[in-house]
Amino acid sequence: MAGPGYAGWAQHYERNELSGYSVITFENVTKIYARGARPALDGVSLEILRGQFCFLVGASGSGKSTLLALVLREEHITSGRAFVLGQDIAEMPQRRIPRFRRQIGSVFQDFRLLEGKTVFENVAFAMQVIGRPRHAIMRTVPDVLELVGLAGKEKRTPHELSGGEQQRVAIARAVVNRPQILLADEPTGNLDPRTSEGIMAVLERVNQTGTTVVMATHDVGLVDQAQHRVVELVEGQIVRDEAFGYYGGGL
Amino acid sequence: MRLRFVLTEILHGFRRNASMIGAVILVTFVSLTAVGAALMMQIQVDRIKGAWYDRVEVSIYLCPQDAQDQGNCSGGAVSDDQQRAIKDRLQSAELAQYVEEVFDQSGQSVFEEYQERFGGSYISNEVTAEAFGPVIHVKLKDPDMFAVVTDAVGTMPGVLQAVDQSDLFDQLFDLLSKVRLAALAVAGVLGLAAILLIATTIRLSALSRQRETGIMRLVGASNLFIQLPFMLEGAVAALLGSVLAVGTLWSVSEFWLSKWVEENFAVVMGSVNPYDAIAVAPWLVIAAVVLAGVSSALTLRRFTRV
Repeated sequence: MAGPGYAGWAQHYERNELSGYSVITFENVTKIYARGARPALDGVSLEILRGQFCFLVGASGSGKSTLLALVLREEHITSGRAFVLGQDIAEMPQRRIPRFRRQIGSVFQDFRLLEGKTVFENVAFAMQVIGRPRHAIMRTVPDVLELVGLAGKEKRTPHELSGGEQQRVAIARAVVNRPQILLADEPTGNLDPRTSEGIMAVLERVNQTGTTVVMATHDVGLVDQAQHRVVELVEGQIVRDEAFGYYGGGL
Repeated sequence: MRLRFVLTEILHGFRRNASMIGAVILVTFVSLTAVGAALMMQIQVDRIKGAWYDRVEVSIYLCPQDAQDQGNCSGGAVSDDQQRAIKDRLQSAELAQYVEEVFDQSGQSVFEEYQERFGGSYISNEVTAEAFGPVIHVKLKDPDMFAVVTDAVGTMPGVLQAVDQSDLFDQLFDLLSKVRLAALAVAGVLGLAAILLIATTIRLSALSRQRETGIMRLVGASNLFIQLPFMLEGAVAALLGSVLAVGTLWSVSEFWLSKWVEENFAVVMGSVNPYDAIAVAPWLVIAAVVLAGVSSALTLRRFTRV
């Protein structure tokens, strides 16, 4: 690895030697979708360390989803500098993106499962399409289904599952390739409070395996209960960043 | 695993898009049949040329008795000296590189040939041996160089007319090449239709699989892996079209054309060889792959964005 990306990463590595490694670093990042439009992100500086569980909270349109899309390199940053897993995502060439994304898992509000495939096939799909061998798939998928609490439901199809179970399948698919970061964009947005707690427990378990979790959410109860780091966005700017925060702020 | 996965994906695509795939197969089939027909016509023309040009010659008709007002015949029938001068000229060192063989035919023998062919008709009774002068036949090394020979002896005294027999065939070849051009034009238009159809098929297929490709992109599948099933879908359909085209060309020439030509045009056309269809097959397959490749490139470039 050469270029400015690496130099930038080396700096962070030094700075964070004591506090842990930074997996996501934003420096004054701005994202403007259309010329003249209000910035979706406006001068955001943020550092998320390896193994952290970080909530992103804020009203709809505050820039949470944009931030996740930038991390995944689905969108380009307009200005500023951004490093994800040691790579300068502004400088990253197109052909590196697929390999880069294998280190990041994603979960969404609408699950995005493949209706024609079983639970097992849905999870296996994520391994098949990056060319993992059959024996690795046979070994890994059951373990991951166990982790998300779906052991025994391998042969069900998505429409035979409850919403919570579908989201568990989606989480299993997102983590089956052992990503370093899990991005969750309102994963409990479609679920009732009890089911949401179950999903939250699964995400905690994933976090305990060493995966950094960044979760955008509106779920007050979950945030207040979990006692994790909370970053609040308002109109594209970070207004609050607390190590053990609450949804509503300092109270 | 990878291969099996890609193959299953293609099968899925075929089932989902059955009618479009059918259209792709048919259009490539017809367009490649036209291409193949044009190629086979070319092979046939080459074969006829090869066969006839061996026999084709320049015929130098010498003056008969009563033709004072034609050619260089003002001196009446050609004299032996004149005939020898013409022959010497044809066999001179200057023309040796063009001329392979020179031989005479007497006026009497030409007359007999004529009678053999047209004997018994009303007009043949009116024609006497005097109307025929001797003919010098010249066989050329390169049939295209006839002009050098006709120029060299055409104006010599005693020459009625120097005739290049390949003129006759050129008319036939001209006709064949026009037919061939028409076939190529049809092939071109249909080829364009095939490209557009394959492009549309790929796009439809991609739309109906947006969720899959979206997930593939998210989990970091390579672009090639995402696009391969679509590309292969188009390519397999086009290849099926080319196989149908080769089969059609072969069976048409085997079961119908060869017989028909033999019965009606054997003299001019020679015979049609069904194996010509096999000879053009590789080109048709290549054309199919190019068709599919061009349309894939056109379509996929737009949604390769990661």
